[in-house]
Amino acid sequence: MTSNLDSDLLSFPGLAQVPSATVRGGLVLFPGRDSYVAALAALRDAGFALCSDLCAVDYLEHPDRELPPGVEPERFEVVVNLTSLERAERVRVRVQVPAGDPRLATLFGLYPGTEAMEREAFDMFGVVFEDHPDMTRILMPDDWEGHPLRKDYSVGRIPVQFKEAPGPR
Amino acid sequence: MTEVGSESMPTGGEPAEHGDTGEPEEILGWEPEEPEEPGEPEDPRGWEQHDSAVLRLPEGIVLDPSDVDLEFGDDETMIINMGPQHPSTHGVLRIMLELDGETVLRSKPVIGYLHTGMEKTGEELTYVQGATNVTRMDYLSPLHNELVYSLATEELLGIEVPPRATWIRMLMCELNRISSHVMWTATNGMDLASTSMMIYGFREREMILTFFEKTTGLRMNHDYIRPGGVAADLPDGWEDDVSAIIDTIPGRVDEYDELLTGQPIFRERCEGVGIITPEVALALGATGPILRASGVAWDLRQAMPYLYYDEVEFDVIAGTVGDTFDRYAVRLNEIRESCRIVAQILEKLPPGDYRTQDKKVTPPPRARIDDSMEALIHHFKIFTRGFEVPAGEVYCAVESPRGELGCYLVSDGTNKPYRLHVRAPSFVNLQSLPALLRGGLIADAIAIISSVDPVMGEVDR
Repeated sequence: MTSNLDSDLLSFPGLAQVPSATVRGGLVLFPGRDSYVAALAALRDAGFALCSDLCAVDYLEHPDRELPPGVEPERFEVVVNLTSLERAERVRVRVQVPAGDPRLATLFGLYPGTEAMEREAFDMFGVVFEDHPDMTRILMPDDWEGHPLRKDYSVGRIPVQFKEAPGPR
Repeated sequence: MTEVGSESMPTGGEPAEHGDTGEPEEILGWEPEEPEEPGEPEDPRGWEQHDSAVLRLPEGIVLDPSDVDLEFGDDETMIINMGPQHPSTHGVLRIMLELDGETVLRSKPVIGYLHTGMEKTGEELTYVQGATNVTRMDYLSPLHNELVYSLATEELLGIEVPPRATWIRMLMCELNRISSHVMWTATNGMDLASTSMMIYGFREREMILTFFEKTTGLRMNHDYIRPGGVAADLPDGWEDDVSAIIDTIPGRVDEYDELLTGQPIFRERCEGVGIITPEVALALGATGPILRASGVAWDLRQAMPYLYYDEVEFDVIAGTVGDTFDRYAVRLNEIRESCRIVAQILEKLPPGDYRTQDKKVTPPPRARIDDSMEALIHHFKIFTRGFEVPAGEVYCAVESPRGELGCYLVSDGTNKPYRLHVRAPSFVNLQSLPALLRGGLIADAIAIISSVDPVMGEVDR
């Protein structure tokens, strides 16, 4: 359903050099960190007015996963799903964010609706969105340590003491 | 413009100099701006970046009242915390309001009080168990949560669901939309001091929940829609139950219309309150009734049809002004449209399987377990180990009563999701609250919060 769209989109100046793939009939773009905002701006100009979703993924256990040629896999990935209302199409953008320097430019200037989503990604994964107006935790308490959705943050870290349960020995 | 929590608290060592150095705002840890008058010109994009932002008091810092100069002048603004236990915040939503008299200058929703780490839990559960987890997110429309999770899983698995199962899913989801909207009308009525509306709304919702209980075994949190189909076929006599529902509800909606729509008090509290333009709504990512009330007829059921929504006839309801009254009207009329859809499903629902016969995802029928050892092992394996899902990633979205409910699922080929992310419509829609509240009265805040219809279980997940 997106075959026409793909060729259209990839002819846009900001998107011509961006590695891309077609997954289940939908277009997925893999811009680098430096071309991320430019690619998103080009997509917005192409009619993708609604930023449906922004989330992060921690690929700690899959450092060698397959990506299109020219894309170096990193530990974190920020995934943005955009929707075009006119064309009723979706496009997905996946950006690699290295673990050593988990920073990415904010989309707040392009899509103000990403404010809470970027805060959630920061809260859960520790990816810092630069120039975000309020880069604080959103779901966890302000003084929480660690980022719960990281793969090295194990579940059950906080012991839950049930009544009647045998105490620690 | 704001450095949150970057200033350390004054230790109170120099109380004598306090009046010179310690502006109360500095102590609070945020920098005040000049209070802005509502309605000033906006930038070309139609959105002012600083408005949605940042009125945040670090919770880790405890304020000693003696550090604060409490002698505010009359022209000073006031910060009020509304919630998290305020009855009209629909759960544990806290809203920080900066007030000038009764006028809201800025506001910021503070969330996280109901955060239970359901996305993390989802990574620990198999695909079979996952529906039980996601159904608890939006507890007013649990079936939509199960639906979007199942659709995403099936997309990765590449399996087809039998037509009857798909029609049953549609039937249940539309009934769920009715019950959710009816429930919203009820609580909205209560927020606006119409207690009778609350009673009526719950009465109608109960009809639908009774049918859900008969079909799924539970009134809420059904785990009924599962990858591969639905958990059970519709019960005997379901046509009569559903017919009774769609014969009753439209008449009751007309009664609501009479009770609320024509009532001067209700209209005055809703009309012209909390207006949002389509540009701002889109920029903020708002979907569902908020976006539609502002005039954008965007409904995933029609725009990007899933299930068999392209085979039924219904209208997308859109407003014109984008105020609280429009959001009310959109929801009320969506109840009628859902009844139309359910009536068509009643005619079209074909016989057949209610779940796929793919042995990979569907356990053998209960009767075969008694005489076949293999069937028993197969059944046991599916419910203990689950099934492996091919590696890949997918984003699926459905139109929940609150807007675009999305599920981003990453599989690494094992029996558990590598990453399960739910795009919760309430979570995103809550961002439009500062835009809606700005410049309004604090009494209108109640009506506006209610009109956004946040479900905190879904906001915090």
